[in-house]
Amino acid sequence: MWDKYLFAASVDHALEVLAAHNGKAQLIAGGTDLLLQAQRGQCPATVMVDITRIPDLNRIEEHDGYIVIGAPVTHAQIAASPLIQAKAAVLSEACGHIGGPQTRNAGTLVGNVINAQPAADGAVALFTLDAELEVATEAGRRWEPITDIYRGVGACTIDACHEVVTAIRFRPLTDTCGCGYQRLARRKALTLPTVVAAAVLHVEGDAIRTARIAVGPVAPTPFRAADAEEFLAGKAPEPAMLAQAGELTAAKAKPRDSVIRGSQEYRTAMVAVLVRRALDQALEACERSE
Amino acid sequence: MQTLTMTVNDSEVTVEIRPDETLADVLRDRLGLIGTKVGCGEGECGACTVLLDGIAVTSCITPAMKAQGRRVVTIEGLSQDGELHTIQQAFVDATASQCGYCTPGFIMATKALLDAHPNPTREEIMHGISGNLCRCTGYYQIVDAVAIAARRLAEEEAQ
Repeated sequence: MWDKYLFAASVDHALEVLAAHNGKAQLIAGGTDLLLQAQRGQCPATVMVDITRIPDLNRIEEHDGYIVIGAPVTHAQIAASPLIQAKAAVLSEACGHIGGPQTRNAGTLVGNVINAQPAADGAVALFTLDAELEVATEAGRRWEPITDIYRGVGACTIDACHEVVTAIRFRPLTDTCGCGYQRLARRKALTLPTVVAAAVLHVEGDAIRTARIAVGPVAPTPFRAADAEEFLAGKAPEPAMLAQAGELTAAKAKPRDSVIRGSQEYRTAMVAVLVRRALDQALEACERSE
Repeated sequence: MQTLTMTVNDSEVTVEIRPDETLADVLRDRLGLIGTKVGCGEGECGACTVLLDGIAVTSCITPAMKAQGRRVVTIEGLSQDGELHTIQQAFVDATASQCGYCTPGFIMATKALLDAHPNPTREEIMHGISGNLCRCTGYYQIVDAVAIAARRLAEEEAQ
């Protein structure tokens, strides 16, 4: 399986090692998914480059109008972060539901995204935050919107054998925003969701100014419910409107029949329910902050 | 092969390992610390839970090299001078083991929980051990055991 396990001293060092091995070396952070993928023969790389000990990368901070979360930051760190709880509660909530405590202690948010699984709680939340990923390559660094990196189930544009995602950033939510996060699963812990819905509502006066809604795993990738968001903009935050937004989101869901996650009909129906509940929760959070 | 140096239960150890070995493999097969159990081998059941720098991790999905230069505590590291640790004794007293295979993992998860939250509510206990599965379905006694352990540790602390 692996010939070598190295700790990168810096992002540049990681890039050098990746380049020197030309596809045979791959980044590893928490490794909670990667180790199993490697054991199943799904990871051709033989040199692991661990980025969790790079100084300065392990940070959650507000900087230049953004909240920045470094690549080695774990789900447990995010769930417990007062900054994230205050300014992006949808994300701390989502990260707090991934796996069990042990998985959250090791697994990272960036890994959750890069694995490109439609059921990734953290990624669904990041969709509602309009998050961006900083990708470092030998040529330089660029920011990519999270919505642009998905290519299908388990596939994304970022190549962990040649590039380093160093951080995720997004704008902190203002006091007039509220978050909702709803997860339906067969158990409360240690299980992937049947349906997960995340919502951020920005309410001003008597009207919804903007709504951001994301769902998973009801299509090959998490997705934003553009129709529902457009429908809600400018409307009064009435229960009927929120329910309608749930229906509009469900109309765009294409879940597969799954022995584990339930039938297509059931999961589609649950999208409407969970989106409505997430919006209710977001609205309640808006009202609380007033 | 690669050299791994870490502190296991307060002793520094150096072992030659394959870079893809898991921490559970190294603890059990190279160091003979077979108190750490491997249940699912996929980080789902928590039986292999150990503390890495004080934080609970599933050692079956932790690459062993991640322990390089760090402190590992296994179930063998809890008892002192042949005396059971307070948490272990609480599990005995609450009859919190049936087959016992999940017990070391539950005890290590409890250690991490009580180190961080010495006085947990029942809800917090359930949350703290939510990464561990018991197939004998003995959760009630396990939750009792954690509560007893918390109380006794607080009493010991007060003395």
